Amino acid sequence: MNRGISYTQAFFTLLQRDLKIAVRHRGDIFNPLLFFIIVVTLFPLGIGSEAKILSRVAPGIIWVAALLASMLSLERLFKADFVDGSLEQMLLSPQPLQLLVLSKVLAHWLLTGVPLIIVAPLLAVLLHMDSNAYPALIETLLLGTPVLSLLGAIGVALTVGLRKGGVLLSLLILPLYIPVLIFATGAIEFAATKQPYDGQLAIIAALLVGSLVLAPFAIGASLRVSTN
Amino acid sequence: MWKWLHPYAEPQRAYQLAGKFIPWLSILATLMLLTGTIWGMVFSPTDYQQGDSYRIIFVHVPAASMSMSAYIGMAIAAFIGLVWQIKLADWMAASIAPVGAVITFIALVTGSTWGKPMWGTWWVWDARLTSELVLLFLYLGVISLYASFEDKVLAARAAGILAIVGVINIPIIKYSVDWWNSLHQGSIKMTGKTAMPPDMLVPLVINILGFGVMIAALSLVRFRAEILARNGMRPWVRELAQAEGVK
Amino acid sequence: MQAQFQSVADFFHMGGYAFYVWLSYGIAYGSLGILIGFCITRKSRVLKEIAAKVQREERLAQHRSNKQ
Repeated sequence: MNRGISYTQAFFTLLQRDLKIAVRHRGDIFNPLLFFIIVVTLFPLGIGSEAKILSRVAPGIIWVAALLASMLSLERLFKADFVDGSLEQMLLSPQPLQLLVLSKVLAHWLLTGVPLIIVAPLLAVLLHMDSNAYPALIETLLLGTPVLSLLGAIGVALTVGLRKGGVLLSLLILPLYIPVLIFATGAIEFAATKQPYDGQLAIIAALLVGSLVLAPFAIGASLRVSTN
Repeated sequence: MWKWLHPYAEPQRAYQLAGKFIPWLSILATLMLLTGTIWGMVFSPTDYQQGDSYRIIFVHVPAASMSMSAYIGMAIAAFIGLVWQIKLADWMAASIAPVGAVITFIALVTGSTWGKPMWGTWWVWDARLTSELVLLFLYLGVISLYASFEDKVLAARAAGILAIVGVINIPIIKYSVDWWNSLHQGSIKMTGKTAMPPDMLVPLVINILGFGVMIAALSLVRFRAEILARNGMRPWVRELAQAEGVK
Repeated sequence: MQAQFQSVADFFHMGGYAFYVWLSYGIAYGSLGILIGFCITRKSRVLKEIAAKVQREERLAQHRSNKQ
């Protein structure tokens, strides 16, 4: 048996596996992305297509849609592994659970966060966002979406054993998302009016570093509770 | 070193001990709340800026500050339950959560009825109000997570992890007024030039402590019921149930 | 220390802020009252549930012994 597999090897094996599975079920990548695009297109229809209003609310719309898309896609993060038993294999493996969990979260971010960041500028154009704000939009999404994946994974790990976890998940996760939302939209608004937004970016970066260090422990502990 | 504590970790002992504390705590809480509220409502001087509307402070500030303390208490109990696997601590955390949620709700509603005459609006989306609202959501999340597991041992652990993760919100609420420019008044100063006059401060402090004692008493009442509910198979609980439950 | 209000009506008037002050106190102590009510009755509800469970089990046991 490959008992002597190194940490990096374990990390990348799991990452590769998750990416491969996602590529085979393409829906897992495209559905959240489509959801993101559709939610954003609903807003101009709902609040009117006046360019002035849209450019004012664009950062909020894009970020709220990103939160919802990330939350919905997270629901399946551990579900399949939980059902077919590979999650328990991970818990039993000699490699630290935190590392494996981190690899799964990274896979989730690569599959849902990155496409979202690529599409976001396009949607920003459709919403008449101020052109000064584009770098800020990309930067906040780059720093913020991994935080969403990490924090969300805690909630998913807590509810993975429950049959009806969906609505509960939103109640658990969305309050934790609020700081990211506040600082990200704040940064974009500052950028649109040509004010320095380094402060907000630094706070989001701090949130990223903090959750990168602490969240894997919380996710690991939650998984142990859920699979008991 | 902690050996003397162990007998109290037995559910029956804890149940009896809690029963001894509850009457004293309830009497103390009632007396303090009566003193503080009547003093504040009738005898405290009228504020020169806000008139008599400031009298909402005697219920708003105690509720707001105790909503945070109750959360910290719940998180500490959850932490003890998670790390040392002490079931009593889990049950305590589960008993504090609904009490804390109601106190947070009171803080939000009284704040809003105070905001209307002073700021001209029931609600503003500033840092302190929003983070207090998030605190309410966290309480509700803990309660519903605890309720949604059939196995209450697992439920307590899951809710405990969530409670501990949510502690991050507490410093944000506490210092939001000092960190961000906000419509909300600054924190109350006990000393210095801008300190509150003692005729306002003393009843306020009495009410804050009174709220704390009241939360402790209510949590203990719930804690006793929780012990009974979780030990439904034990003979002493069954005897008690047959003596009191069949009516 | 002396009362800040001339009369009882004055007290209830609250310097023109009667609606807000009494609304907030009403909601606060009202919801506290409901909470206290639920907390106190919870014990008897739990005990009733357990008693019902015990009775059910006894009836089941009796039923089984009757059959044999």
